[in-house]
Amino acid sequence: MTALRRRGPDWLLNVYAGLGLIYLLVPIAIIIVFSFNQPRGRFNFIWQEFSLNAWKDPFAVPGIGDALRNSLEIAALSTLGATILGTLTALALVRYEFKGRAPVNFFIFIPLATPEVVLGAALLSNFLNLGTPQLGFATILIAHIMFNLSFVVITVRSRLIGFDRSLEEAAQDLGATPWETFRLVTLPLIMPGVVSAALLAFALSIDDFVITYFNNGSTITFPLFIWGAARVAIPPQIYVIATMIFLFTVAMMLITVWQQRRAEKMAAVRPDEPELAAEPAPA
Amino acid sequence: MPARLRKAALPYLLLLPGLGWLLLFFAIPLGIMFLESLKTGTIDTGFELTWAFSNYTDALSDYNEQFLRSFEYAGLATLFALLIGYPLAYVIAFRGGRYRNALLLLVIVPFFVTYLIRTLSWETILSDSGLVVSTLQTIGIVSEEGRLLDTTVSVVAGITYNYLPFMILPLYASLERIDKRMLEAGYDLYGRRRDVFLRVTLPLSMPGVVAGTLLTFIPAAGDFINAELLGTPRQFMIGNVIQSRYLEVADYPTAAALSFLLMAFMLIIVLIWARIAGTEALLGTEGERK
Repeated sequence: MTALRRRGPDWLLNVYAGLGLIYLLVPIAIIIVFSFNQPRGRFNFIWQEFSLNAWKDPFAVPGIGDALRNSLEIAALSTLGATILGTLTALALVRYEFKGRAPVNFFIFIPLATPEVVLGAALLSNFLNLGTPQLGFATILIAHIMFNLSFVVITVRSRLIGFDRSLEEAAQDLGATPWETFRLVTLPLIMPGVVSAALLAFALSIDDFVITYFNNGSTITFPLFIWGAARVAIPPQIYVIATMIFLFTVAMMLITVWQQRRAEKMAAVRPDEPELAAEPAPA
Repeated sequence: MPARLRKAALPYLLLLPGLGWLLLFFAIPLGIMFLESLKTGTIDTGFELTWAFSNYTDALSDYNEQFLRSFEYAGLATLFALLIGYPLAYVIAFRGGRYRNALLLLVIVPFFVTYLIRTLSWETILSDSGLVVSTLQTIGIVSEEGRLLDTTVSVVAGITYNYLPFMILPLYASLERIDKRMLEAGYDLYGRRRDVFLRVTLPLSMPGVVAGTLLTFIPAAGDFINAELLGTPRQFMIGNVIQSRYLEVADYPTAAALSFLLMAFMLIIVLIWARIAGTEALLGTEGERK
């Protein structure tokens, strides 16, 4: 880290980090700006003039509306499926001692370490050899639940690890059945983890291109639509819809953060630890 | 007795749906793809399982260039992501103060925009008549005829960008956990800034470095979107080959063999990297607990 040279001025590092942040954000800003462009020609690469045309009619491009609808439906259904299956798996892994837990933990992790192109190709081999189901909406959905599952398990599991089991025991001592204990005690406590897992799954699903590309048949999702368009023509409407998805995600994110913070404030029993966050100054 | 049995069976029942799904749609497909990689034939005559292990050696000799390029590009992108990401994670973790969460949110903002769109945005930025190229031409770094799009530069820049948040988040997580009293102790012992960084901060953040580099390197090595949109066939990586062998040429055995070769190489690289960096990383976490 040359930026941390001895006695190097402090602000130099801040400036360097700031440039890194700008690198991350500029391409996003460009998408938003270029959604207001009125491109001449088929590609939206060069700024011409400000226009609201694309925003007034974002679905003017044939096929773009269907693609977006497919994406949203698949994202919603795969989120639901993966969240349920993944939460059950996480519960089993954290709450119970059983034979084979370590290998299962390892097995859950492998899909995350597998390149997407391999996941997609393997699933396609599978569907081609079995012949069923027909490549299309169903196979995309199967694939999305598959790759989302491990993410859900890991997210929920991390939430379950600090879980205080005495609360469940208390409920059982007070006469609650196992199901009541789960519904009234366990589930509310792990809910924040489940919600963040579901949000992650939704975001991953709506963004996925590679695995979908291998298993889509003739069904087109929004990323596949962009892929097809990228060689032929890139209308500004693509940027408009991307901006809309972006704003929606930011809103969802802020609402979750805000709600979790409120929930934490309400649940704060433990006093705050003394703040040790600041970087100590060199002697 | 039945109640106890039911209790013993409960974890397996909970596991069944999720694990079953992964078996059916992850493990078994990998097995089927392995058989696929040992077949011979064409899409017209059909494929037959002949245990043709030569598919692997053929695939390797035909596409060793793309393999090497994949690992070169992924390695470069991982290095650049580390050089950009570490200082950024450091500043957010140690100097972010009450803005830490907001800054972290900015780091993941790119994830809110579809991957392909982010890449198209780079096509806009680096395009021949764009601001970057014309500026670099004025300074003289890029010649009058020169371009950035469709070169190694554009593909590596795209990959670096797309996976950068994967680098920053684990780095931040490990830096943020460091007990700041350790740094104070370093300074109290008259450690200079550089010494404290090299001997305290960096070793303690090694778990983040290992996680971040792996999370960047693995998907980067299998990527084909950046090479396709920001490059030409001269920049194609192994992902491009697998994709076109599978979906355009329908040469399934070669594509399947390439997929397994990719996984095998990746595993080897990951193991070597874990050996080099992992031991220190483990020591780092141990030191932190004490």
